[in-house]
Order: sequence, then C-alpha cells, then structure tokens
Amino acid sequence: MEGMGLLFALVGAALAAGMAGIGSAVGVGIAGRAASGVVTEDPNQFSKVLVLQLLPGTQGIYGLLIAFITLTQIGIMGGDSNVSLLEGLLYLAACLPMAFGGLFSAIAQGKCSVSAIGLVAKRPDQFGKAMIFPAMVETYAILSLLISILSIFGVSGLGL
Amino acid sequence: MSVSYQDKDHIYAVARIRSAELKLLDRSVFDRLCEAESLEESIAILSERGFGGEYREPEAMIAEERRRLWALIDELVPDTSVFRIFRIQNDYSDLKAAIKESVLEQPFPDIYTKGAELEPGLLRSAIKDRAYKRLPKPLSETAQEAHEVFLRTRDGQLCDIIIDKAALDAIMVCAKESKDSTLISYGELLVASADIKIAVRAALCGKDESFLRRALSECDTLDLDYLIRAALSGTEAIYNYLKNTDYADAIPELKSSPQAFERWCDDLIIRRLRPQLYNSFGLGPIAAYIIARETEIKSVRILLCARENGFPTEAIRERIRETYV
Repeated sequence: MEGMGLLFALVGAALAAGMAGIGSAVGVGIAGRAASGVVTEDPNQFSKVLVLQLLPGTQGIYGLLIAFITLTQIGIMGGDSNVSLLEGLLYLAACLPMAFGGLFSAIAQGKCSVSAIGLVAKRPDQFGKAMIFPAMVETYAILSLLISILSIFGVSGLGL
Repeated sequence: MSVSYQDKDHIYAVARIRSAELKLLDRSVFDRLCEAESLEESIAILSERGFGGEYREPEAMIAEERRRLWALIDELVPDTSVFRIFRIQNDYSDLKAAIKESVLEQPFPDIYTKGAELEPGLLRSAIKDRAYKRLPKPLSETAQEAHEVFLRTRDGQLCDIIIDKAALDAIMVCAKESKDSTLISYGELLVASADIKIAVRAALCGKDESFLRRALSECDTLDLDYLIRAALSGTEAIYNYLKNTDYADAIPELKSSPQAFERWCDDLIIRRLRPQLYNSFGLGPIAAYIIARETEIKSVRILLCARENGFPTEAIRERIRETYV
C-alpha cells in the first residue's frame, strides 16, 4: 500500500487541473464561436467580445493553482513525499470541489458569455452590463477554489 | 448539466444573426415609408437603409434582398435541408406552371418562381414526357395525379387544389421533420390559416364535402371533420367553431376581409417568433430571422406596389405587417 497515498493525492491534483481545464476549454470555445460570428459582421466589437470570451477561462487557472498547491504539499515538486493513504484520500477529496465546480461553472459561464456576446452585438453600449451576467457565474468557481484551498491546507495541518 | 455539444450548435450562426437583426427594417422605417409621397421617395428611404443594394427598381430590389437572405443562410447553415419548409411551396407552384405550360403547349418562363429547389427545366421535361419518376417523392405522385386529372377533366381549379393540398401536406411534413419548435409552430400556422381560408371561401361558394375533403390539409390545431361540417353550414358556423380554437381572435379579421386575415396570421407568426430574439442557441433564432426577413420583404412589396398604383396612405398602412424588431 506504500505510495497509494501519493497516488490518490496526485489523482486529485490531476482532476482539479484536468476537469477545470476541460470546462474552460469548452466555455471559451463556445464563446469564441459566438465572438467570431459578431466580429464577422462588425469587426469593431473585437475587444469587447474578446473579454467576454475569456471569462470562462479562469476556471482552468484556478484548477492549475489547486493542482500546483497539492503537488507542493505532497512533495512532488520537491521535499518530503511521504503521504499516508488517508492523507492521500483527503487530498483527493480536497481537490474535488475545484474539479467539478470548475468543469460545470466554466461550461455554464461559456453559455452565459454567448448570450452576453449576443447582447453586445445588439447594443455595444451595454458592454458593462453584458459582462456582469457571465461574471456572476464566476462566484461559484471562486467558492470551489476557496473550499479546495482551505481543505488542502487543512489536510496538511492535520499532521497525519 | 450535460456536457453534450448538441445544444451549442449554430452558436456562430446565431451570433451573426444577432448582428444581422440590426439591419432589419423596424416600425419607424415603415412609418416613414407609409408617409412617403411617391414611389421614388419610398425607394430612396429603402436605399438609405441598404435595402435592395444598388438596385432602384422595386422587383429587382426585392429579388436582391431575397438573394442576400438565402446567401447568408446557405453560408451559416451547412445543411439547409431543415429550411426546405420555406422553399417547398415554390416547387409546387412551379409544378402548376409546368402542367399549364404542357397542356397549353406554350412556354411561360416568367411564371416560374425564383426560389424553388427544382430546376424549371426538370419539371417541364418530367411533365412533358410524363416521366414523373424523375421528380423527387412526394412531388412526383402529386405531379402525376394533378397532370392526369387536368388532362382528363381540363379543370384547372381541381388541378390547383390537388397541388395546393400536397404543398400544405409537404410543409407539415418538413415542419415536423425539422424537430424545431419554431418551424413546427410556423408550419402549423401556415397550414391552419390556409385551411381556414379555404373553408370560408368554400362556404361562400357553396362547395360540397368532397371538395373540402380534397382541399383541406391535416393539422394539429384544427379538427377537419368539425371544420368541414361547419363549412357546409355556412360562414357563421365556421366562426362559431373557431371560437373554441387558437384562432378565436382571427374571427373579426375573417369577417372583415381575406387580406385582413392574412395580415393577422403574419402578425401572429411574428409575435410567436419574438422570444427567439433572446435565444442564443439552436435553429430557432435562424428560422425566426428567415421568417422575419420574408415578412419584411412581403411588406415592402405590398408597400411599393400600393405606392406605384396610387393607393392612399391609410390603405397602405392597414396592409403593412408587424415588424420583428
């Protein structure tokens, strides 16, 4: 069973980075398709729709951050890599909020960005308001990030 | 939440449609067009909005707008077969032309529509050679039945009825095959309004049951047996029947004139389409845009034609359809 703890912790880090990254890729991808549609008709809207397209990309960064912290804590990035099975499972559980929260919030934010891009196409002067709607979805990605960070540092503080 | 890509289809197309909707003619433009004192002034207002491109002749402007509409749709939707509902009627209209050309043994190239899927030449040769199988089904069966009936009876009206009913049936099939709620609702209203018009006209002309059964097409919002019984009793019976259907609000318009009823139907379609202005995914917004553009083109055609023939402003205003934006 030696090394299983490290394996589970690593799976947690991989899920956080991978699933949040997939969510962001899908979200940014669909928003990009809408943005391309608007820019085809009106190239002047490029900078506005680019901002809206990038909003669902943050979950991927949050996932990367969680994976990085986890790797640091378990010694993969250097230091002591002696992780017990229980500790490894706890790290895995700690990464899950970011993995699932990141995946689904990024896709939902991508869809919301598509609608906001439609709003900008119709009313470019309402860009500020259009940005708020997808930004609201960000709240839930941040909550996932927060709980994952608190859990990872909490696990390392337990001294198991 | 599903990670499926299905509901994200047409995202690029819908975004382009959102921008294209900005160029639709709104109520204020139609008000200006109604107030215009001459055909030239109307054309100048339309040209200012980019309607008709470089053309300044009413028919050419309308043809250009229709060409632009379908060029955009062909570019946006890789498989436009889902939008056959908008063109299929033209095939049936051209079939009527081909049968009449064949019987009269004279070419009438100008009576063919411009937006049909089938080449007039193909229709012409299939009818002339009686090689109906060259045509796609179910048009081939309609062509054979209508042509044979025409040759046997020389009854042009009967031939038209057969073709019109087949066109309505085809519209309904196309609508249901699309599985898109906007197109289904559009097809349903198109068929139901045609049925109501036929029933009222048949009641006024005292047509019998066999005529009505031959002319009316099945749809979900009307019970054909009830409608036929009502039509045989007279127009009041039709109005009484319609009171219990989705078309109760159309009764005053029906009593007023067929044109008022047609306008009511067009306005109802536009009102039902408006939620698509806020939908960012799927075929709905694209279908709604096509219908909105076709309605806009119809309104401009009515307006320019009425202006050319010196109709008073109020008469023109009554015929202008509701706008989508």
